[in-house]
Amino acid sequence: MSSNVITVSGVQIEEKPWLDALQQWLTTVDHKRLGILYIAYGLSFLLVAGVEAVILRIQLMRPHNNFVSPQVFNRMFTMHSTTMVFFAAMPILFGFSNYLVPLMIGARDMAFPRLNAFSFWLSALGGLLLYFSFIGGSGLYGAGSAPDVGWWAYAPLTARAFSPGHSTDYWTLSVLVSGFGTVGTGINIIATILCMRCPGMTLNRMPLLAWLNLVMAGMVLIAITPLSAAQMMLLVDRYLGGHFFDAQAGGAPVLWMHFFWIFGHPEVYILIIPCFAFMSEIIPVFSRKPIFGYPVMVAATVCIGFISMSVWAHHMFTVGMSSYANSFFTFTTMVIGVPTGIKIFNWLGTMWGGRLQFKVPMLFCIGFLFQFLIAGLTGIMLACAAFGWQLSLSYFVVAHFHYTLVGGVVFAIFAAIYYWYPKMTGRMTSERLGKWHFWLFLIGFHLTFDLMHFPGILGMPRRIYTYEPGRGWDTLNFLISIGAFIQAIAVMVFVVNLVISYFKGDKAGNDPWDAWTLEWSVSSPPPEYNFASIPTVASRRPLWDLKHPEDPDSRYE
Amino acid sequence: MSAIANPFPQAPASWRLPDRGKIAMGCLILAESAIFTIFVVAYLFYVGKSLSGPTPREVLETPIFYTICLLSSSLTIHLAAKLLVRDRVGPFLVLWLLTFALGGLFLYGTGKEWRKLIYADGLTISTNLFGTTYYSLVGLHAFHVTVGLFMILIVAIFGMAGRVGAKQAHRVEVLSMYWHFVDVVWVVVFTVVYVVGR
Amino acid sequence: MRRSKRMRSIAARNVALLAFVFVTRVAGAEPTGFFKSPTNIFAPASTPAKSIAPLAIFVLVITGIIFSVVFTLLVYAIIKFRGRASDAGREPAQVYGSTQIELAWTIVPVLIVVVLFLATARVIHAIQDAPEPASAVEVTVIGHQYWWEYRYPKLGIVTANELHIPVSDPAHPTPTFMTLLSADTDHSFWVPELAGKTDLIPNHPNRMWLDPQRTGIFLGQCAQYCGVQHAKMLLRVSVDSTQDFAAWVRAEQQPAVEDNRAAAGRHVFETTACINCHTVTGTPANGRFGPDLTHLMSRATIASGAAENTPENLRLWIQDPNSIKPGCLMPAMKLSDADLDAIVSYMETLR
Repeated sequence: MSSNVITVSGVQIEEKPWLDALQQWLTTVDHKRLGILYIAYGLSFLLVAGVEAVILRIQLMRPHNNFVSPQVFNRMFTMHSTTMVFFAAMPILFGFSNYLVPLMIGARDMAFPRLNAFSFWLSALGGLLLYFSFIGGSGLYGAGSAPDVGWWAYAPLTARAFSPGHSTDYWTLSVLVSGFGTVGTGINIIATILCMRCPGMTLNRMPLLAWLNLVMAGMVLIAITPLSAAQMMLLVDRYLGGHFFDAQAGGAPVLWMHFFWIFGHPEVYILIIPCFAFMSEIIPVFSRKPIFGYPVMVAATVCIGFISMSVWAHHMFTVGMSSYANSFFTFTTMVIGVPTGIKIFNWLGTMWGGRLQFKVPMLFCIGFLFQFLIAGLTGIMLACAAFGWQLSLSYFVVAHFHYTLVGGVVFAIFAAIYYWYPKMTGRMTSERLGKWHFWLFLIGFHLTFDLMHFPGILGMPRRIYTYEPGRGWDTLNFLISIGAFIQAIAVMVFVVNLVISYFKGDKAGNDPWDAWTLEWSVSSPPPEYNFASIPTVASRRPLWDLKHPEDPDSRYE
Repeated sequence: MSAIANPFPQAPASWRLPDRGKIAMGCLILAESAIFTIFVVAYLFYVGKSLSGPTPREVLETPIFYTICLLSSSLTIHLAAKLLVRDRVGPFLVLWLLTFALGGLFLYGTGKEWRKLIYADGLTISTNLFGTTYYSLVGLHAFHVTVGLFMILIVAIFGMAGRVGAKQAHRVEVLSMYWHFVDVVWVVVFTVVYVVGR
Repeated sequence: MRRSKRMRSIAARNVALLAFVFVTRVAGAEPTGFFKSPTNIFAPASTPAKSIAPLAIFVLVITGIIFSVVFTLLVYAIIKFRGRASDAGREPAQVYGSTQIELAWTIVPVLIVVVLFLATARVIHAIQDAPEPASAVEVTVIGHQYWWEYRYPKLGIVTANELHIPVSDPAHPTPTFMTLLSADTDHSFWVPELAGKTDLIPNHPNRMWLDPQRTGIFLGQCAQYCGVQHAKMLLRVSVDSTQDFAAWVRAEQQPAVEDNRAAAGRHVFETTACINCHTVTGTPANGRFGPDLTHLMSRATIASGAAENTPENLRLWIQDPNSIKPGCLMPAMKLSDADLDAIVSYMETLR
């Protein structure tokens, strides 16, 4: 009679006073609750950073505009980028890792639940610390407020001489503190995946989301820490009179660049690899086929993980490295395009011959595929160091990385939210509102970021609070800003959808998408213990085997 | 779903996964190694580039004795952990406290060295590039030694209160991994600062 | 089947059309209409920029082809394999992968990478490792927050914000080789029609070269965020004919014009803190924190391009620099109106 798949029905929902609920949420060590906390936190900061972006775009709508002063503009672009990378994208992605990894590998929780909670609160504190700078950043000279040194905080702009006050310190400390939280979660993910898989789930049978999170977590360990080290050095310079980046004492600002980008480049892969994981889980379900080339997808991701540690100086092509160094980094950067392209082809291969269902998560996945393709190709253009000498530090780069981060990461996050919202809340989102969100966002995204390539080609550098008329940038910037407003409206539709669906959405049931991984075998939302009894698996798609006993995957693997 | 002729897989005969404590400590060691690597790179990059002030050759004295202390403490902690696995708590405690003493001696040696550098040679973290990189790298290591000693002390307190036995041997093994890491880092720092950098 | 073939050919035709429009419009030597700009990287006038442009087109074409192929396949897949109501309940064939296909779409990209890399490496070396001929003009460019200092060591000239270099005849080249230094934070020298950008980093001297092949004014601006007024650190390069350049050099080598009509203004200038930051050769003013003003009137703009060099703007600038460049490092000296007028008339004599 034994059933490894038990639907727990008729769970009593007690009416808890709100104070008890608050205490539960604040003290939870449950990976699902922490996952939701991460995602909610990240989404809040996504909205805040989005407002900052809209402020930037209003200022840039016409040349010599004075919607905001140069000081405010510089703070806005620094805060927008720092928030988006560290306090929006990373928390949301870690939230999904936290929520999904134990469920997908048949475990009851992460390997270290208390470390999990500690890491979350550390990261949360980091974000709050960064925003406290608006109030607390004024230093000795009345200078400073929010940091305004750009999210790379290049030396020597961050030296005491050029950044008096405490604004830079808020940048340094908030990112340092949340960095430790990030490393804690990385350790947790690796330990969970390696040590807590259910019986029968060999590494070869893990869902791709688990594999890709394993690679991502490994990268976190060795990529986040160089930034932490560099920030410690910056603090030594600023407070103990050190000379790490002090040109007057013989120090080298270039060293900061190297350290930052040794972090910075793997960081963007840390951001995109969980998104690849979402694609690899969602596209098969809505194509009604398994992922095409599972072993190749794993191998490609591992390759990307390793190669990404060797490409960092393509952010420094203009810094004056030797022609040999420039050629080397051109080569490695182009090479990393190969496994990335392979992944796109594999998703295409998954869709090929399938029966595509254009539900909202799938729409965002398809958007991702087109956009990541383009982003990768503009990346190849930037990889050619000589072409890069014209394109870098211009709006072409801004367009490229927004293509990867918005067209890639944000689209993937939307897909993941629409896909797993039913599992997390027990309710379906509105397909109609979802489609409005998708089409509005798509139009706004392309209006903004397709056009944004052209000011770069026409010589517009980045991080400028205003620009000269007569350089051919005026109309382009105006239209780009309109696109930003459209995206803002789309995001508002999205937020409305999330809120309304929580109260009024259709009941989801265990498995609304007819999917195949273990999280769909438990109720929505899952019970605190995840599985009544730990499952055993014999293939990569255990639920497919259950639903199609005449043709289980275990026969073919 | 109606009853179906066995789609449910059999549990595999044996299912052994790695120990999560050791994996987690391994990951922590990997992350910390990355931090130390960056400081070592900075140190090597700036060798010979100070514009003024004392040079390594002028002021550094190779701390052979204290290095031997630290490296011996790796041996004692290893033996202590092995003893605890066999529940020989008494000998374990002796070796454990010896580890603490050796580590403490190393820290004392570092303190003595810094005292001389600061007061006798006038080398501080803000003197020149050598000062900045030296104190940062050696200081970061000393910080890790301090944290390790603190953890060892906690175990020692519980040990002397009779609460540590073979059941805690696994945790002690994980802690000793950290201690070995600290020693390996010292080998690297020693080579870079006192051998190569001079 | 026929419908999807038609869709494929429509998609392909549209892509080709777009590519054609893009390449001819943006990449044309004479940018017109929507893309008209004095800072267009596809309107190169100097060898470094001219070496980059064809490489750029090559890369664009290759990536354009890759895009068209994959785009078409994606569109085809979406249309051909969409689920229909009649499919309900039936799952398609469960295909797990194919080693041959994986090999194919690994090997082809690797070949493309090799080709692109070799093409790029050639251009990198050609630009970075170009030998310097004896006829080269040497300029030292020093980046400051928020202005450019230009020194011509062999000619004994110090000036600011407007770079004059001779035109270079390809048959007998007279390129300009620049050493890039910085006095404070990181900057980047970018004049798109003359060359790719190179950074100015403290304690890290860089070299770059230009050999513009037509005379004229070339515009650009600082491309590395350097502080509050990064946006107004504009570049203005005047490429002069050989005779004009020689004339300019001679004029710059003279000390400051002594015009007695501006004696009052000169007196105010020399007894105020102005001389601590600015240099006017032949006078006590020898500060180096701010631009050299000896031949201020030879420049078309002030404040590194932020305003035109007119008496009104000059007065406004000296009265309160923050009105033109808020956050710049020149303080308002709180001069009386009389002193202000006197100084402006003195500045107007510094031709």
